[in-house]
Amino acid sequence: MGLLSDPNRRRALTKLLTRLNAPICVMCYLAGVAWFMGLAFEPFTLRTYMSENAMGSTMVEERFPAGERALATGREFAAHKKKVGGMPVDWLVKTMQSRGLEVFTQSFTRKLPFPDENKERYMVRGTNVYGILRAPRAPRTEALVLSAPCSEGNNNNQAVGLLLGLAQYFRSQIHWAKDIIFLVNEHDLIGMQAWLEGYHHTNTTGGDWSPLQGRGGSIQAALSLELSSDVITSLDLVLEGLNGQLPNLDLANLFYAFCQKIGVLCTIQGKLQRNDWDTTSGYSHAAQTMMLMVLKQASGRPWGDHGLFLRYHIEAASIRGINSFRQYKTDTTTIGRLLEGMYRKLNNLLERLHQSYFFYLMPSLSRFVSIGYYMPAFGLLAVILLLRALDLWVQLGASPPGTEDGVAGGVQPSSPGVLSILTPVVISHMTGVALYTLPILSQEMAVQHFPVSETEAVVLTAIAIYTAGLALPHNTHRLLQGEGTEEGWRVLKLVALLYLAVLLGCTALINFSLGFILALSLVPIAAFITPHTPKALSAAIMVLLSPGCTLLYCVFVFQELQETPVSLQDGWMLFLSVISQGILDHALYGSLVYPLLALLIYPCWLLLWNILFWK
Amino acid sequence: MVENNVDTTGYTLFWFHRLMIFYGLLFVVVEGLALLDLGVSPYAGDVFHETPLIIYFFHFVIDYAEIVFMMADALTAVALYLAVKDYNKTVFRKQKYALEAERYPLDCLELIRTPKEMYYIPLKVAMFYLLNPFTILSCVAKSTCGLNNAVIALFILCTVKGSSLMSAIFLALATYQSIYPLTLFAPALLYLLQRLYIPVNWQRSSFWLFTTQYTFMYLGSLCVMVCLSFFLLSSWDFLSSVYGFILSVPDLTPNIGLFWYFFAEMFEHFRLFFICVFQINVFFYTIPLSIKLKEHPIFLIFMQIAIISIFKSYPTVGDIALYMAFLPAWNHLYRFLRNIFLVSVVLLACSALFPVLWHLWIYAGSANSNFYYAITLLFNVAQILLVSDYFYAYLRREHHLTHGLYLKRKDGSEATLVLK
Repeated sequence: MGLLSDPNRRRALTKLLTRLNAPICVMCYLAGVAWFMGLAFEPFTLRTYMSENAMGSTMVEERFPAGERALATGREFAAHKKKVGGMPVDWLVKTMQSRGLEVFTQSFTRKLPFPDENKERYMVRGTNVYGILRAPRAPRTEALVLSAPCSEGNNNNQAVGLLLGLAQYFRSQIHWAKDIIFLVNEHDLIGMQAWLEGYHHTNTTGGDWSPLQGRGGSIQAALSLELSSDVITSLDLVLEGLNGQLPNLDLANLFYAFCQKIGVLCTIQGKLQRNDWDTTSGYSHAAQTMMLMVLKQASGRPWGDHGLFLRYHIEAASIRGINSFRQYKTDTTTIGRLLEGMYRKLNNLLERLHQSYFFYLMPSLSRFVSIGYYMPAFGLLAVILLLRALDLWVQLGASPPGTEDGVAGGVQPSSPGVLSILTPVVISHMTGVALYTLPILSQEMAVQHFPVSETEAVVLTAIAIYTAGLALPHNTHRLLQGEGTEEGWRVLKLVALLYLAVLLGCTALINFSLGFILALSLVPIAAFITPHTPKALSAAIMVLLSPGCTLLYCVFVFQELQETPVSLQDGWMLFLSVISQGILDHALYGSLVYPLLALLIYPCWLLLWNILFWK
Repeated sequence: MVENNVDTTGYTLFWFHRLMIFYGLLFVVVEGLALLDLGVSPYAGDVFHETPLIIYFFHFVIDYAEIVFMMADALTAVALYLAVKDYNKTVFRKQKYALEAERYPLDCLELIRTPKEMYYIPLKVAMFYLLNPFTILSCVAKSTCGLNNAVIALFILCTVKGSSLMSAIFLALATYQSIYPLTLFAPALLYLLQRLYIPVNWQRSSFWLFTTQYTFMYLGSLCVMVCLSFFLLSSWDFLSSVYGFILSVPDLTPNIGLFWYFFAEMFEHFRLFFICVFQINVFFYTIPLSIKLKEHPIFLIFMQIAIISIFKSYPTVGDIALYMAFLPAWNHLYRFLRNIFLVSVVLLACSALFPVLWHLWIYAGSANSNFYYAITLLFNVAQILLVSDYFYAYLRREHHLTHGLYLKRKDGSEATLVLK
């Protein structure tokens, strides 16, 4: 406490911090970025290990034999699907019943706020079919879920076939201590949302679905299976869920352990693991894998059908079969054995998965970076904001010479009126509210007056409001206060800095990737923007680093990392569709990224914009 | 309370509601009322821990609960406004006498408070209470904390106005509600003595006379309230259920205080000892503070309220709102505050992080209690720093008012005060 109470030492410390402020900030920024890039370097990461005792040492023997039959069922399902032109509900009910499950259906309808052009749907009507295998060995208080989507076209037929095959096989076994629910959901996440809300008696997004007739116990874990070919070369694990939430790391460990045991190639982010970490290409491979995970997590959308389970405190992941040109193929029987093994282990759980990490990044499937390792990268960026705020505070206090210790202080500086600070803050937030509400509200009007579709109308309105915001709010304080004072912008900047620091801190705790990416682009402008920097240059930099442009770069980087680079034209179209998807995710599943950006981050950026044009 | 365990979201929403206020929520009162209507003691369940007077109060006004809570907040604000206005008048008068008597050193003129800067203080205090997000949160969640705040505010008003009987009655009511305001007895007594120009002197009979009188009024009204409660319910259940609950801290639901985590981790056989230590903490500071601040009872009241809201067993954000409302009244200490920037940033960040970490722990299930408690701890450290900073600043100003603003060392160089 000596540091806080001794005025001399405080003065020395403050002097040091204010004199060296700019170099320290630059150092912190570089150190933060370097730290982040270092996370993918193998010696700095930890090897994954199974923490959960119940899943660790117990031996499980997998004997699932009926891969061929499952494929045949899958083909039958495909035929019926084609005949009905959608979900073959009757056939599924009959088939599940014949396999000895308690079968129930749930119908749901959903009207999207505007047409989804990626998936070509607007009025969605569908049915979920699920069968419950009751646990023979225990009170039915807990359950596991295996789901497969019934998708359009020829996709995922094999997944449904395998699901039915596993159901039949599991029925004949006596080990089960948890109910196992086999779910075939229509319209991917919309169906999943309806089913989960029905299961948990909630309705958070105003969907319309029929109540569930049958239930198992509380769901402990869930896997979603996506399989579109008879043989596969590798299995891809998808972890990123709604709002960047991840399942417990033990679920990934379980998958990895069984892939190793059974000898299936496994990938994460579609990238195989490599052993040459000490070469440049090995490192860049790990870095690419990790950055893909960061970008996917930052998007806040569910990257597989499992993504909505996480909201209900259920550990879930998607397993996706990939068929590429590699020689070595894995057949369905092997995938069935893998799933059997995983369910047998999950069946052994005594409590929810909680031993391992929930906050992690994975540079490869066998390596992870935990929160304690990656948070400093964000902390180094966030501390810049606090240092700048401290600097401003000292400057504000120091205008009359040295109020540092209270004694030498002369007259209190005439503080800028609350109004001059409040006006830009309020107006920026109003613009944010407009950005949040208007695109959907005004789509009809836009469609009437301009030759665009509803989706384009929404996206273009959003972009228009975003751009209009740049022109609108600055210098509003002059209406009320006359000339803006030197103190005025300093106080405003202090407010903006603290606001941004708290905002990014909270975001990074919930969704590290989003917080980090935003910090990466917003911290430099927040730190160095003043009304005295060259206007044109600063304005250009600010626009280039604004949240919207950051999103655009993310789209390009993501495509680049996925090894499917796009041209500028396609990238722009992709950018538009990403915006519409973000708005839809918010409306349909309650993803928070769009409201966060529109209501908080964007107004905060506008405040900084306001400072640049302070007069 | 929750019928269906499968309903995890409803369940978490219930806890989320509790996060906001943690203690003394209206639905608990409703539960008590329901039990009472069934002819069972409201304390038969393990949920209801409010005093009998509260339950009878809500028996009549339960249909207008929202309005009652809003009225309570408005009443608090008005009471604080009037109290601070009156107090400022006293302060100004005292300052004038001191100036006329030329008791202040010459270089202290800039420390003198002007009517201009004091004019808006009462309004600021009231607005600080009403517009404080903590107050709004507390009111929206319908916490009985709002009513307790109203009682304490009325007590302060009556004390400042010099009505010793009303002051004693409201103090007794506040004590009856939650025990801790007991420590406000000392400042109230000091203020009333000061108002009547009775010096605090053990040898003076007038001092003893008034002290006995005030103590008698206080204990008498407390006694009446407790007996009234007994006659209302015709059982003494409420004593253990209300005061036992506050003192022995059986409910370890996470809140913004320091108790829950500590006692959840505690070995059972040390529990009693540490409960004593923790509880004494609240009352312990009364004596040294009363001695140090015996000339400044209103500041002492502020300190005591702050200490109660930090160290009490089930603190809520409503308690914090009450003592924070007083901060504008100490505007003139601003120049002596040393850590105000640090402290306000920490308080701000913690207030934002509370819901986030709660969400991650209870709702998303990914973080755990340690994350949340870390923030609680930081929040309380910041509060303690805030209060001690104000304390230091107050003493410092008084020191300068007697010794001059520009202290010189013996060798003539400029001196600085160091707090060690």
